[in-house]
Amino acid sequence: MSPFLFYLFATMTLIFGVAVVANRNPVASALSLVVSFLGLAALFVGLDAYFIAVIQVLVYAGAIMVLFLFIIMLLDLKAEERRKLNLVTFAGGSLVTLAFIAQLWQVLRKFELGQTAFPPLSERTVDDVQNVGKTLFGTHNLPFQVIGVLILVATIGVVVLSKRELK
Amino acid sequence: MTLTLNHYLLVSGLLFAIGFAGVMLRRNIIIIFMCLELMLNAANLSLVAFSRFNLTLQPNLGPNPLPNYNGQVLVFFIITVAAAEVAVGLAIIVALFRARQSTHVEDINSLKF
Repeated sequence: MSPFLFYLFATMTLIFGVAVVANRNPVASALSLVVSFLGLAALFVGLDAYFIAVIQVLVYAGAIMVLFLFIIMLLDLKAEERRKLNLVTFAGGSLVTLAFIAQLWQVLRKFELGQTAFPPLSERTVDDVQNVGKTLFGTHNLPFQVIGVLILVATIGVVVLSKRELK
Repeated sequence: MTLTLNHYLLVSGLLFAIGFAGVMLRRNIIIIFMCLELMLNAANLSLVAFSRFNLTLQPNLGPNPLPNYNGQVLVFFIITVAAAEVAVGLAIIVALFRARQSTHVEDINSLKF
């Protein structure tokens, strides 16, 4: 991936990520999140993870965000009215976040292995989906089955939760 | 100037920090939920970056480096679990909204000491 494209998509991801937090209107937040996920998918393409990039667009930017928008519109949420800002909460949250960023910066500055460029890949990576599939169904077959059961449980749970009255 | 692993890790960490700040600062439960998704995706980005960085040599293909697909499979699992989590979480939010007519976390304080 050329550095220009990396910076373009990384900036896009981060700016729209901030927009998710900063917007007062939930619909605007959700749409910003879609754009942020699309930028992230572009970064995945730059890392030669084509399958993951496609899944990111299909599942996250497609299915999950549609679900979010659907619920926002179902609940008919308006833009939040300005409430009095709890100063202690605000200061605490900002402080912890800034401390995290400072820590991250220190760790990355000392992480020398990460300062080397990405090693070149062979030509055979075009069959990306095939390789992911082989790993998924070969090495990680049991977790894959467990995930299937998890989704079944989640589906049943959602149906039970959505019933009119819980017994 | 070439891209290094640290570039991706920095973007991933900043994205995580943004999501974390959103969880701490916002009071709307749906926005908090979106910020959780942002944090999951930040983890995905660093996993994919590491998978690309830590190449594996395929023994039967000779000197033929490929990305370490274990990382990408883990990302696949994270996306699947996130999808299930979103479905259950949004169902809980809808049930909560029915009971309280609000998605503001400060209105939901029955368990508060």
